[in-house]
Amino acid sequence: MRPVIPRTDPAPSRLRYRLERMRLTPGYRRLFRLGLPLLMVAGLAGGYLADDGRRADLGERIAEIRRQIETRPEFMVHLLSLDGASAGVQEDIHEIFPYDLPASSFDLDLPAIRAMIEDLPAIARADLRIRQGGVLAVEITERVPVALWRTRAGIDVLDITGAAIDSVAARADRPDLPVLTGAGADRAVPQALDILAAARALDQPVRGLVRMGERRWDLVLDNGKRVLLPEDEPVRALERVIVLDHANDMLERDLVTIDMRLGARPTVRLSETATEEWWHLTRAGGATDNSAGATGR
Amino acid sequence: MIELYESQRAMRAMRKAAIQRGVLAVLDLGTSKISCLVLRFDGTGRFAEAEEVGRMAGQAGFRVIGAATTRSRGLRFGEIEAMAETERAIRTALQAAQKMAGIRVDHVIACFSGAGPRSYGLAGEVEVAGHTVSEQDVSRVLSACEVPEIGEGREVLHAQPVNFALDHRSGLIDPRGQIGNLLTTDMHMLTVDAVAIQNLAHCVKRCDLELAGVASSAYVSGIAALVEDEQELGAACIDLGGGTAGVSIFIRKHMIYADSVRMGGEHVTGDISMGLQIPQATAERIKTFYGGLVATGMDDREMIEIGGDTGDFERDRRQVSRAELIGIMRPRVEEILEEVRARLDAAGFDHLPSQQIVLTGGGSQIPGLDALASRILGQRVRLGRPLRVHGLPQAATGPAFASAVGMCLFAANPQDEWWDFEIPVDRYPVRSLRRAVKWFKDNW
Repeated sequence: MRPVIPRTDPAPSRLRYRLERMRLTPGYRRLFRLGLPLLMVAGLAGGYLADDGRRADLGERIAEIRRQIETRPEFMVHLLSLDGASAGVQEDIHEIFPYDLPASSFDLDLPAIRAMIEDLPAIARADLRIRQGGVLAVEITERVPVALWRTRAGIDVLDITGAAIDSVAARADRPDLPVLTGAGADRAVPQALDILAAARALDQPVRGLVRMGERRWDLVLDNGKRVLLPEDEPVRALERVIVLDHANDMLERDLVTIDMRLGARPTVRLSETATEEWWHLTRAGGATDNSAGATGR
Repeated sequence: MIELYESQRAMRAMRKAAIQRGVLAVLDLGTSKISCLVLRFDGTGRFAEAEEVGRMAGQAGFRVIGAATTRSRGLRFGEIEAMAETERAIRTALQAAQKMAGIRVDHVIACFSGAGPRSYGLAGEVEVAGHTVSEQDVSRVLSACEVPEIGEGREVLHAQPVNFALDHRSGLIDPRGQIGNLLTTDMHMLTVDAVAIQNLAHCVKRCDLELAGVASSAYVSGIAALVEDEQELGAACIDLGGGTAGVSIFIRKHMIYADSVRMGGEHVTGDISMGLQIPQATAERIKTFYGGLVATGMDDREMIEIGGDTGDFERDRRQVSRAELIGIMRPRVEEILEEVRARLDAAGFDHLPSQQIVLTGGGSQIPGLDALASRILGQRVRLGRPLRVHGLPQAATGPAFASAVGMCLFAANPQDEWWDFEIPVDRYPVRSLRRAVKWFKDNW
């Protein structure tokens, strides 16, 4: 006998047909192809991370991997090399350098180090970079001392910008630098240097400059004479003094101050003895023609 | 007529909506197979408004993205006989096609071959209202057609204006804008049994689908199998299907007659089965493999194993010669063709200027059919395959798929039907005011 093969109906049942149609709806298709996988991945990840211990473990493992990468020899800094710094400054930098070498270059905060080095008074600028071979190269531009500034607190060494680099105990420690004094002298250092450069033409040695009222300079000569310079164009005023000196040997005379504050009217103040001498002379020599004026004084 | 307008217009609107949404399914309900194609409209088609009369539904280029064929169940003579079975077959075909297309289909247009189609020629005549023929005049003349008594329980499937005449000039394709007084039209109307359409609609509805159009299978296979010249000059398409043989006559690119003969390939199979005492399935297989219509001396010697699958394998080793098989098949095919000849004669096919006959459908694949048909139907017979459409699988390009392909063309490029024109003014009560104004204008 022929075996009876039960033939199944090839037609889908109504339910299957409807489900199939629902599945073919674009929205459902998107849901199945995109939404469900996403949901599953999110669910798995969420389920795994729900446990505190696992989360901590994962964090640790990530940190460990990070540390391993950071401490690779390629990223380590072994040496701090300083260029353009004097010995004392080098010592200072080594002292304040906040990291223990060798350190990973990921740990070094170069902007912070730079700010720290530039905070040192003797340093104008510092350029940092990590060179091949694990060297932290620092190129330093030091401040150049140009003047001393004597204040009540002591004597500071100033650079051209007026920043205090250092302080000295006595004037004699830095005989090569000129002395400035007076309040606000540090804010006009370039002008002071110009005046001092002009004053080199004087025959007399200069003791220093005094800032008056934070606006103008007095040039003090070694023998105590003062030249009061105006606020505007003090160098020209000083040059006039030098010319007068050359012409009349003015500074040789017994004067206390030469007042150049009014350019149209340079004024001198005689010393006491010179005044008396002057009276003397005018009374003795010029009594007939000048007595009235002299007695009037 | 208003209800007809309503339901057909509703289907037309639905089809339009489906085409705008881009996906439409085509269902060919045949007696031997049900095939389903899923079309995607991408809106890149060319618009061919100039060729047709009146407003067109959206026409667009389309592509077949899903195709499935399943054995037909529950149909006889192209009519639904067992609803549940048919519904299952539709579900099978549609699900497979949807799966291939990868998209859900909601709208379907269907064609079927049975239900006793009957053709009527209608004529209408109307005075042109203005100087030139307007769209309103066209709809008036269409509605002026006298509808013959189509009988109880029948419904109009197609009603297409095939000709317009203005005064003494006939053969106008598009009378709009022309000057004249008397506008006449000829219309071809095809009616079928209403019950068949209702059953079909019910089956489709049971599959959660919307029926967006119905067509006669004879008509759509004519669209697919006739080339443009044949449609223009006059030709008949004979769709030799499983249960029925559809006949449609085209001239001037319009169908002017359609009918169906309730005989087809399954009758041939039945004859073989009865004559050789073998099961239907074996008979079908033998018919497709060895069938023929013209016997030669060689066929006497060619023996076919028919081993009747009775279970008695040792003793049931019967053989028949191919000549015997041909001897069984030929009378039945002749009978079918004779019947077709009778229908063509009744339609007056021999008065047409060109009498090309195109055989298509699964039955046209029998070897020797063209020789036999040319003896019965006339000299100018050829075998026709459906047009090629975009994306159609190779398996669905045979003549058996002529009506499925024709449905695609029907969906993409529909012929104007009666209900596609605007309802004439006088049917609109809201327009009575305008008519009153017009009356005043005309009379004062």
